Amino acid sequence: MSPPVPSKILTDDVSLLMVLIDSNPHFWSSIKPHFSFSKFLSHVLAFLNSILLLNQLNQVVVIATGINSCGYVFDSSSGSVSQRAESLLPKLEEFAENDESLSERDDDSGNGVGSSLLSGSLSMALCYIQRVFRSGPLHPQPRIICLHGSPDGPGQYVAIMNSIFSAQRSMVPIDSCVIGIQHSAFLQQASYITGGVYLKPQQLDGLFQYLATVFATDLHSRNFLQLPKPVGVDFRASCFCHKNTIDMGFICSVCLSIFCKHQKKCSTCGMLPNVCRSIFGQAQTRDPSASQQRK
Amino acid sequence: MADKQQQVVVKRARHKSSVKDPGTPGVLKMTKDRFTFMANDPSSPVKLNVEFRTIKGHKFTKDGTKQALLNLTQDQGGNYIFEFENFPDRNVCKDFVASAIALSGEAGRTVPEKSAVPIQDEQLSAAEMERRIKLLQEDSDLQKLHKQFVIGGILSEAEFWATRKKLLEQNYSRRPKQRVALKNDMWSTKPLADGQSNRVTFNLTPEIILQIFAEKPAVRQAYLNFVPNKMTEKEFWTKYSRAEYLHSTKNVIAAAAEAAEDEELAVFLKQDDMLVNEARKKIRQVDPTLDMEADEGDDYMHLPIQDHGLPRNDNKDVLDSQYEPYRRSFSQHLNQHAAVVLQGRVIDVELGDTRSVAEALARTKHAELAKDASDVYLDKERLERISRMTEIEDLQAPRDPAVAPLSIKDPRDYFDSQQANAFSTLGDTVSGAKQLKCSVSTREAYCSLKECISEIKFQGLTEPTINSEVAFKVLNGLAQNISSNKYHLGRNPNESILDSLPKITREELLLHWSSIQELLKHFWSSYPITTKYLLTKATKLKDAMSQIYPKLQEIKESVQSDLRHQVSLLVQPMLQSSVFMDQAFCCRL
Repeated sequence: MSPPVPSKILTDDVSLLMVLIDSNPHFWSSIKPHFSFSKFLSHVLAFLNSILLLNQLNQVVVIATGINSCGYVFDSSSGSVSQRAESLLPKLEEFAENDESLSERDDDSGNGVGSSLLSGSLSMALCYIQRVFRSGPLHPQPRIICLHGSPDGPGQYVAIMNSIFSAQRSMVPIDSCVIGIQHSAFLQQASYITGGVYLKPQQLDGLFQYLATVFATDLHSRNFLQLPKPVGVDFRASCFCHKNTIDMGFICSVCLSIFCKHQKKCSTCGMLPNVCRSIFGQAQTRDPSASQQRK
Repeated sequence: MADKQQQVVVKRARHKSSVKDPGTPGVLKMTKDRFTFMANDPSSPVKLNVEFRTIKGHKFTKDGTKQALLNLTQDQGGNYIFEFENFPDRNVCKDFVASAIALSGEAGRTVPEKSAVPIQDEQLSAAEMERRIKLLQEDSDLQKLHKQFVIGGILSEAEFWATRKKLLEQNYSRRPKQRVALKNDMWSTKPLADGQSNRVTFNLTPEIILQIFAEKPAVRQAYLNFVPNKMTEKEFWTKYSRAEYLHSTKNVIAAAAEAAEDEELAVFLKQDDMLVNEARKKIRQVDPTLDMEADEGDDYMHLPIQDHGLPRNDNKDVLDSQYEPYRRSFSQHLNQHAAVVLQGRVIDVELGDTRSVAEALARTKHAELAKDASDVYLDKERLERISRMTEIEDLQAPRDPAVAPLSIKDPRDYFDSQQANAFSTLGDTVSGAKQLKCSVSTREAYCSLKECISEIKFQGLTEPTINSEVAFKVLNGLAQNISSNKYHLGRNPNESILDSLPKITREELLLHWSSIQELLKHFWSSYPITTKYLLTKATKLKDAMSQIYPKLQEIKESVQSDLRHQVSLLVQPMLQSSVFMDQAFCCRL
């Protein structure tokens, strides 16, 4: 999609920033009285332009996270001249059209806000980063920042955890700026495991200040800067069968898949009952105690 | 009253000649290889000092019987019976005795004297006992757990070690003992000169001799050649010292004169040809891809001493070339000395016998030479290295990007994040009420989204992007957040609550944590409860767990008030686990 960065001597503070913008229309319409998408965009565009100004070699790539699809809407290194962030607007509009066309018939969904496809955009960001890694020995230091507000979709738990682990392995930190109402357990875990920053701004109309103070810091400077640290991380997982978030559950002793109810057969690794006969057999007696390990 | 468990055990006990005998009270003290018993009454004839070598076995009464007895038997038939005040004391001694007996080379068979149901009948080999003891000695946490559970009678030895087989089987290779390196100070040639007479005394210790032989191969060769054929050792060293003295006076002419007279002395005064050869070989082995121009001029052994290629203007007398070989360069000497010190000790011979030292060194040098000469592999390696250094980037295949290795984290890291679960349960109930409600249809939602985008397209970004007051508030808020975190969680962002607690409290908390883990592990492994044995085991575990509960409460109270909240958050899952265990136990039927 874009030519690889020419290999020059890169200083420590050159960064490649992958920005994942939450474009869930339900979420934005539900939050409308407090904070509008246009205000949000103005803060974000100003932020992106400032990143591009910090260093000539900085690169910014923006991925929009919709409810049916995800797509690249901006890449600062495409074209001969480094572009301003405003050029993402027409592409974003296109993306919104596309996303709308992909959604099923107009169902008047008055039932809560669905979740956006965070796992998809995380994967796209990681793929782009891998391509940059293979472009040559010298490249900017990549990091991912998620501007997310939609609630967590427990159905995406497995996919998101997989992307988090691959980000950890490639040493790419995932920063999270949560603009929704509640905390996001997935993003907390993501930032904790990959060594990024997790922040839930108290004042959304000061979003630009949060972005510029905390998220504009490059990886090299983070070694000697104090950034806000969350008090704790919500490590809860979702069960594999119903995708509910659970505190206590049953775990298959072979593949460590998590279930909320006792299972005859593990759906992930397909452990046949006769192997675990002694354990499953107990379920038929009066003994209701946990046969598999309890979390 | 026990000191470190493995070193010395001191307990009050009564020595009895038979089980019925009331016994003489006294103090029993046990060390690794012997035990002694001193009666309280000094006039009593009972004084024992017995080595564990003679003790072949030990018997003991079961816990809970009337007397806590320990019977140490010898193979000739004699035995020593001790009665203790309580069972834990006796158990401590019993374990100590078992390990001591094992250490003195015999397998300890433990036979309960009144055998009801044989609980564990383990045949422990001495090696196994030794490994266990060593493991306990090395890991103090493990030792504490062992003490708490096995000595406290909650778990038996077999159960405790059953889950730790991997630790026992590890072949911990003997860490090489630390060896003393060669001294770095150069043997100064300042001999002891007493002002009265013209005598100069040199002191040569075996260490110094080793170093001389290592640094000056010509001297070593001379030693091997001359001694004991041509001269005794003492004469050899006298000559050597004379040569050193001459060098120290820096009187080259005198040196030349003496060398002319005494050919053996000349050996010490001249340049060391063996060193020269070694240096040449080393230069040849230098990586040719290093950007260094190494040529004849770098043969520093033969350079004129005062410069190393640098022209000098000050007038040093230019001596006749006949005196050149008798000059010595300090820098050469220093380099050689440094090389030898860094190489370390290459031989393992006792330093007393000079000849054997010389021979050993000569042998190693020969071996090295032979190895280098015949080392085809070395050449191949060098070629490979050259090709690696001179690679052409464009023709290389792309290399895979660097990846972080799999990190198996210390479970203690998650200790602090458990408190977040407490937060989240709070947080959910608060924010759960404010569930987002989207009462708009999908199409309308998308419409409003697109409207927002076009609004910006036409109006541009708002000016100013952010209100200055709002920005100020945000900055203040962030700063406060960071500083309060620092206050609560410590200066170091990686520091945790644990570190801010006093050391004793922290140790206790961690110990409780690991003991609860151990108890839970054993508890769940004994499910489903099918036999009586499992039932008793589960009961014991449950009781042990309920004992930890008040201790945790105590810790919570003892902590400073500002840390109390965080500590109670830390402690909460531990308390919960004990409650759950109770519940699980109750509803097992």
